Amino acid sequence: MIDFELTAEEQAMIDRAHKESAEVIRPISRYYDEHEHKSPTELIAQQWQQQGGSGILGLGVGASLRILENCWGDAGLMLVAPGSGLGGAAILTSGTQEQQAKFLKRFSEGEPKWGAMAMTEPGAGSDTAAIQTTAVLDTETNEWVLNGEKIFITGGQRAMVDSDGLVVVWATVDKTAGRAGMKPFVVEAGTPGATIDKVENKLGIRASDTAAMILDNCRIPYENILGSPEVRKVDSTQTAGFKRAMATFDATRPIIAAMALGVGRASLDFVKEALEKEGITIRYGLPRHKLTAIECDVMEMEADFKAALMLMLRAVWQMSQFQPNSLEASMAKAKAGIVVTRITQKAVEMMGPLGYSRKYLLEKWMRDGKINDIFEGTGQINMLIVARRILDYTREELK
Amino acid sequence: MISFSPSEEQQMIVTMVKEFVNDHVRKVYRECDESGEIPPNIIDTAWELGFIASSIPEEFQGFGGERSALTGTLIAEELAWGDLSMAMHILCPSLVAMPVVDMGTEEQKKHFLPSFCGDKFKVATAALIEPRFDFDPAELQTTAKADNGSYILNGDKCYVPLAADADLLLVYANDGGKTQGFIVEKGTSGLEIVEREKNMGIKALSTYEVSLKDCKIPKDNRLGGDAGCDFGRILNLSKVALSAMAVGVARAAFEYSRDYAKERHAFGEPIASRQAIAFMLAEMAIDIDATRLMAWEAAWKLDRNEDATKEASLAKMYADKMAINVTSNAVQVLGGHGYIRDHPVELWFRNGRGIATFNGMAIV
Repeated sequence: MIDFELTAEEQAMIDRAHKESAEVIRPISRYYDEHEHKSPTELIAQQWQQQGGSGILGLGVGASLRILENCWGDAGLMLVAPGSGLGGAAILTSGTQEQQAKFLKRFSEGEPKWGAMAMTEPGAGSDTAAIQTTAVLDTETNEWVLNGEKIFITGGQRAMVDSDGLVVVWATVDKTAGRAGMKPFVVEAGTPGATIDKVENKLGIRASDTAAMILDNCRIPYENILGSPEVRKVDSTQTAGFKRAMATFDATRPIIAAMALGVGRASLDFVKEALEKEGITIRYGLPRHKLTAIECDVMEMEADFKAALMLMLRAVWQMSQFQPNSLEASMAKAKAGIVVTRITQKAVEMMGPLGYSRKYLLEKWMRDGKINDIFEGTGQINMLIVARRILDYTREELK
Repeated sequence: MISFSPSEEQQMIVTMVKEFVNDHVRKVYRECDESGEIPPNIIDTAWELGFIASSIPEEFQGFGGERSALTGTLIAEELAWGDLSMAMHILCPSLVAMPVVDMGTEEQKKHFLPSFCGDKFKVATAALIEPRFDFDPAELQTTAKADNGSYILNGDKCYVPLAADADLLLVYANDGGKTQGFIVEKGTSGLEIVEREKNMGIKALSTYEVSLKDCKIPKDNRLGGDAGCDFGRILNLSKVALSAMAVGVARAAFEYSRDYAKERHAFGEPIASRQAIAFMLAEMAIDIDATRLMAWEAAWKLDRNEDATKEASLAKMYADKMAINVTSNAVQVLGGHGYIRDHPVELWFRNGRGIATFNGMAIV
């Protein structure tokens, strides 16, 4: 039955997250924006205790809304939270039971640890099938030897340098095989030959580190390959390894949408509160010609927000029901990316000098929000996926 | 617990409506738009499906099904996917029946509801919109004045569907600063059905200007009696209905243009394989789904008897824009062919443009 009511448990979780965002996160939000490579140690310790080890996969509706509240506090600081992260998601979708036990155990014990995923390369962003990093099996030692350069690894520094975490590295075992040759490998912190080379300076989400990694004859045990090492060409588009990578996106994209919506609502709430202080409340039921331009703007932002929220909830709900959701996940991600960009920019515009000033957080949210239209598949890539799905086209038929 | 899955019963209803629409509505909708007439047998067949009687309690001879705005949105979308004119015609009696079910006095229910449960399509309608650019449902120019056990109605209405044949008109009027509903029976003196309107779209639906000149009705015909009606809720139910209908019209246009784009070749390949077209279609699909879910949420809230003014208004605002954008883009995808009446997209474009205007002309 169609239902929009949260369970009491979910509501309590969301309320807790909101309270923490308001009381703990917001007060330190600006500091970590202006001190880009500093780590919020206390917060991390706290986050580790609260949710250490929880992965991003299999998150339900309540958890997606909790993440929304976290990002209402600060999207960068939310991304800093320790845990298995995207690396864990890849291990869960592609790893055997043994591998899951072996690699994920660390995320529920000891000091805070991070998991990350390394896909993008200087020459391959959205075109993930074009990655150049190689994995060659050394049959004598039964080790994989990885070589290549990875960039834009969210949390890479914390995973490899600041903790005993891990990065799931996508590499090709057969360059001639295209997507079929692409496989995920677990590279643990401290592995010789894996070096964090650079931590990027960014437009926004500055609390979160975005790292580059060099793999120089990096040797890892044979068992660190996730899934089968076989290069099986099912057909030119669907292969076991790559398909799994894409399955991870089905789980992560709605969550990115939730993150986007958190930032969007932060801006929206700021605007509405500022207007309320001046005695301006939004009169929802009125016909358009009776509304002020400001009211129309706010209502349009709210309608956009609601549209993206509904698409996000549907995609997450499908995931929780184990229903296929590639189309809906991409719809949600594409829409939320556009919406957060629009809302945060509009909020800066509407608030005039308050919007542009670093005294308030609006300008920060405009910078933070934009990442959601870029990572885990740009808005354009997600539109492409939606288009292929609704047209029933392959990647050859719609490029 | 959040869920996006319609109940089994709702799924059965949707299947039934889809079948009816495909077998009947979709066969004739273009001719109906050209001729301005809907074959009576289609309306009779739809009546047999019992959309209205199913929401009326058994004690008033209805089927005693659940009164659900959410189920109503599912039905409205499918009917409007078939054709907006016919959807509005078929659901027109709800404009009186549902407010009476929700807010009528016991007397009013006893008096009016059984007539909606007979074998024949009961022609009943509502008159809300007034012919002014600054029309505001909360500040109507049409007035109702209490006068010795009666009400006297004065004012001009437009976009009143099926008015010429209606046995009952629920006229909304300004009653001491508040909008209230007044049930006017056919033939009441002072009630004049002026002429059938000529509109850009929904051409198969007959709509009329209606004039009320010292139209005197019994005091008992004030919807909800002395307590009156919750007009805000009625308006929200209407916004939800029209949002769902917008989804139906837009979905029809989207599906047609999507299929066309896959068939139509240019530069040696289907135009759908070009991102300029494919992205337009993707955006249409996203906005259609978003509108549907927003309408569901507003309807769900109304079913819980909560105030859904914000949800319904935002859904409708989004739906207004979506309906225009999607149907306009559907015409665009077909290019020159979209402008020709051999293809239906121009019809959906004209109908889609009306959604923003039709507040109060449909209800769930």
